[in-house]
Amino acid sequence: MPALWRSTFVLVMVLLAISRPSLASEATGNGTEHTITTLPIVIWKWEEIHFPYLVALWVLVSWLCKLVFQLNPCLTRVIPESGLLICIGWVLGGIIYGADKVQTFRLQPFTFFFYLLPQIVLDAGYSMPNKLFFGNLGAILVYAVIGTCWNAATLGLALWGCWLGGAMGNIDTGLLQLLLFGSLIAAVDPVAVIAVFEEVHVNEVLYILVFGESLLNDGVTVVLFNVFDAFVSLGGAQIDAVEIIKGIISFFVVAVGGSLVGVVFALLISLLTRCTKNIQIIEPGFIFVLGYLSYLTAEMLSLSAILSCTFCGVCCQKYINANMDERSVSTVRSTMKVFANGSETIIFVFLGISAIDPSIWVWNTAFILLTLLFIFVFRFIGVFLLTWILNQYRLVPLDFIDQLVMGYGGLRGAVAYGLVLLLDENKYKEKKLMISTTLIVVYFTVMLQGITMKPLVTWLKVKRAAVSERTLAEKIQNRTFDHMLVAIEDISGQIGDNYMRDKWNNFEEKWLYWLLMTPIARKSCDPIFNIFHKLNIKDATSYVKEGERRGSLAFVRNENKADVDFNKKFGADFSEMMPYIMTENMGPDHVPVSSILRDSVPSVCLDMHEQDLKMRESEDFDAHHLLQQHLYKGRKQHRHRYSRKQLEVNKDEHEVQEIFQRTMRSRLESFKSAKMGVAPPKKISKHLKKDQPQKMPNGKSTDNSKSHAYGDEDFEFSEGDSASGYEAAGGSFPMRAYRGAGIVNPAFMAEMDTMDPMPPMQQIPSWLAETEVDSSNMVPSQRAQLRLPWTPSNLRRLAPLCLSTHSNDSFLLADSPATQEGISELPPPPPPQDGQGQGTHK
Amino acid sequence: MGSTNSTLSKIPNVEELMQETGFTPAHIVRLYDRFEALDKEKTGHLRPQDFGAINRLAMNPIGDRIIGAFFSPGQETVDFHSFVRILAHFRPADKKRPKDPSMPEPVNSRTSKLKYPPLVFSLISVAFQLYDQDKDGKISRAELLQVLRSMLEMQVTEEQLESIADRTIQEADLDKDDAISFEEFRKSLEKVNIDHKMSIRFLR
Repeated sequence: MPALWRSTFVLVMVLLAISRPSLASEATGNGTEHTITTLPIVIWKWEEIHFPYLVALWVLVSWLCKLVFQLNPCLTRVIPESGLLICIGWVLGGIIYGADKVQTFRLQPFTFFFYLLPQIVLDAGYSMPNKLFFGNLGAILVYAVIGTCWNAATLGLALWGCWLGGAMGNIDTGLLQLLLFGSLIAAVDPVAVIAVFEEVHVNEVLYILVFGESLLNDGVTVVLFNVFDAFVSLGGAQIDAVEIIKGIISFFVVAVGGSLVGVVFALLISLLTRCTKNIQIIEPGFIFVLGYLSYLTAEMLSLSAILSCTFCGVCCQKYINANMDERSVSTVRSTMKVFANGSETIIFVFLGISAIDPSIWVWNTAFILLTLLFIFVFRFIGVFLLTWILNQYRLVPLDFIDQLVMGYGGLRGAVAYGLVLLLDENKYKEKKLMISTTLIVVYFTVMLQGITMKPLVTWLKVKRAAVSERTLAEKIQNRTFDHMLVAIEDISGQIGDNYMRDKWNNFEEKWLYWLLMTPIARKSCDPIFNIFHKLNIKDATSYVKEGERRGSLAFVRNENKADVDFNKKFGADFSEMMPYIMTENMGPDHVPVSSILRDSVPSVCLDMHEQDLKMRESEDFDAHHLLQQHLYKGRKQHRHRYSRKQLEVNKDEHEVQEIFQRTMRSRLESFKSAKMGVAPPKKISKHLKKDQPQKMPNGKSTDNSKSHAYGDEDFEFSEGDSASGYEAAGGSFPMRAYRGAGIVNPAFMAEMDTMDPMPPMQQIPSWLAETEVDSSNMVPSQRAQLRLPWTPSNLRRLAPLCLSTHSNDSFLLADSPATQEGISELPPPPPPQDGQGQGTHK
Repeated sequence: MGSTNSTLSKIPNVEELMQETGFTPAHIVRLYDRFEALDKEKTGHLRPQDFGAINRLAMNPIGDRIIGAFFSPGQETVDFHSFVRILAHFRPADKKRPKDPSMPEPVNSRTSKLKYPPLVFSLISVAFQLYDQDKDGKISRAELLQVLRSMLEMQVTEEQLESIADRTIQEADLDKDDAISFEEFRKSLEKVNIDHKMSIRFLR
């Protein structure tokens, strides 16, 4: 609690700092025009910067408010954050009012609709669970369109009835105005709903229904608002059937048109990201700018901007996530969240602040209470009615409790407030009453319903969202199920949802992928493959964490293997070499060309090292190499370069190379020693004997002999390979040269040995025969042989994937011994010049 | 409807079938029409070729396996009753149906989907048999690989395919025998809401 007060105090101080000068500056406004008599060293330039300064300060203040609450988890557990923010808005508003005696800050509709709302909507669309959304689109549309119309109409009519009955006393209004009021307050607010429902983890169908409804019903609200606004201007007498029909037509035009604008922009974004790989730094910027433009364009055409922005996000997410670099994707994701969450916070704070202004408050108990009552009641009636109809057709009917929560989740929010501020006071005599009623409704729904939502959900035992660990088996099974359903529909002669979905998928794969995705993204966009990849990365990360917890990754060296407590044991050993590949390019779902380029160094190096290790088996000694390989280059060479185009700090290949080389070596060493149960081999080895013949077939000169640093050689080769990222055909020559020379990865050989009950050396294919001498000392230990079922034989196969598009050659090499293990469905051992390595480069 | 009754009367033991599967007469008639349409030679039985004649099914990567699921081992044909019984697995679970312990449980009730083996054809075992082609009660690596290969098309290389298969087996394989038994298979699907996922809206 003290933390809360302290932070509140700070906020107050900040606020006073803001509001004071604003007054002071007005008073002294004339004084700044003085002609100068002498050179001023510093001058007070508040006037010039006060606007951006205030904006920035307000953003800061709002976010600090959020920070304050996060210091008190016990508080946010009871009251939803949105409610708390409104409360603090009240406090801040009170302070400002106390200082200025007039409410200087208020949520302006223009600010709200053009600067605060778009990012929330874009974020909602961008992170929309697509399958769920489109799967329930029918129901969502029913709720959004019919439900909102129902709410607006019933509320307007009921209020009109009460007004006619004289329940509200003497207020100057009419049927149309009340209908207008009904329509602006009918829509469930996306901001409020997201804020509350994100904290209550209801099941996904329920969530998507409420959430989708709140997003899509904006189209309806805006149309209804415009139509009734026009009707009020026309006056009751002018309205005939034609006008009403026009209104209905305009509804469809606005809603469908807005969505179409969004889809067009989504296509644009997707197409753009196809060719932004050379400007990765501003790649995320395109998403935001085009998303915002979709909003503005729709607004310009007087179509539904929110729908446009939503559909823009929904439609483009899949393609841009596939097209962009992984880093750009995470940038987009987190930036989107920053914007959305930030403006959500600002909105709620300002909703609170706006209330502390006596000039907007007109109290009419009957009107306000009746509105509250009708909103609440009609929302429930509407939900029950519509759900009943929907349940006749739904495969999985919504049960009663879900309906209750849906009805209760009808939160109103800032959109309604923004709309009500747009009203023209000359036309609507009761504008102030409407504003105050809207505010009351917003507070009531956000605070009271928001607070009670969580207990209600718990009490009703609403099905919560299952925290499902997505496993590969599950994913594959889902795919099988999909195919089964389509097949069963075919067999039983039905044309159902699954049939349509199947058709759509085919269409998408055939045309949209071709149109909107880069060739590389297209290749790796299979969901099964993706989840596999993610799981691998997870294993690697947990492996590194585990290693660091124990102080070093070398814990595998520990004789007592039993205490390596991974939930997936197999991850432990294999990922021995994975972290290095992974951390270089963390989490590439789809490995784009550029990252191949960048990461080619390590991936090639791995091969060099395996080879290197192998050669160290021999007892030869070479002082030169000893020094070259084990001396770090001086830190002085570490150059921090600032670049606006690149994120990488250290691009010095030699250095990267060397660091990588060293870590990799020790890693592989410990790995091998753990595996083999032998002491780490001597660090020093003779290289030259093999270096030269290896280089020959490659056409590289043999003259970079002893004087060359080993790391330099690595560098040379990695260059060759990185070039191959582009010129796919000639790409993997260096690697093949090694393979031809019969170099095997001892680590992998070791793996093969451990899992093979046969004497290991018999399995070595003839083309590897010349390495036999080298690897013959790697007799598997007893312990290694015991660990058969879960270790390397399987893990070895993970390797090609983690490197997938980088360079498979080394792993092909590593894999090939496996073909001797008697697993029948493996392909024959790849010939030294197989085309697979090249294939992956394309 | 007159035509409904006349079609129904053509089917032997139709009452029992409806009782067992929970299909309404309208469903049965529809399915019977479909059955007739598939049964081009009017033998009263469907052979695998009859299923194969469905064009769209031919495009399905695991279509032949699904066809295979309709035929119990050793049998070359399937009659209308088995046909309907198998399709009944995919009927949405009917919650309103009163639970009468004396009645035979409808094929698609939730319990029957999870208990093994309550009926010959529980839904999971249908899925299981899609993989388990040699009917030894286990999904071996080779069998999984075959399914994966047909489902993943050409997008993935063979090594990747193999590693995916390995990984999948390791995930599900509890007794470390490098194969997925039915029990393990069922466990791996515990989190999936099979009832919801595996239901098809049959026309009413």
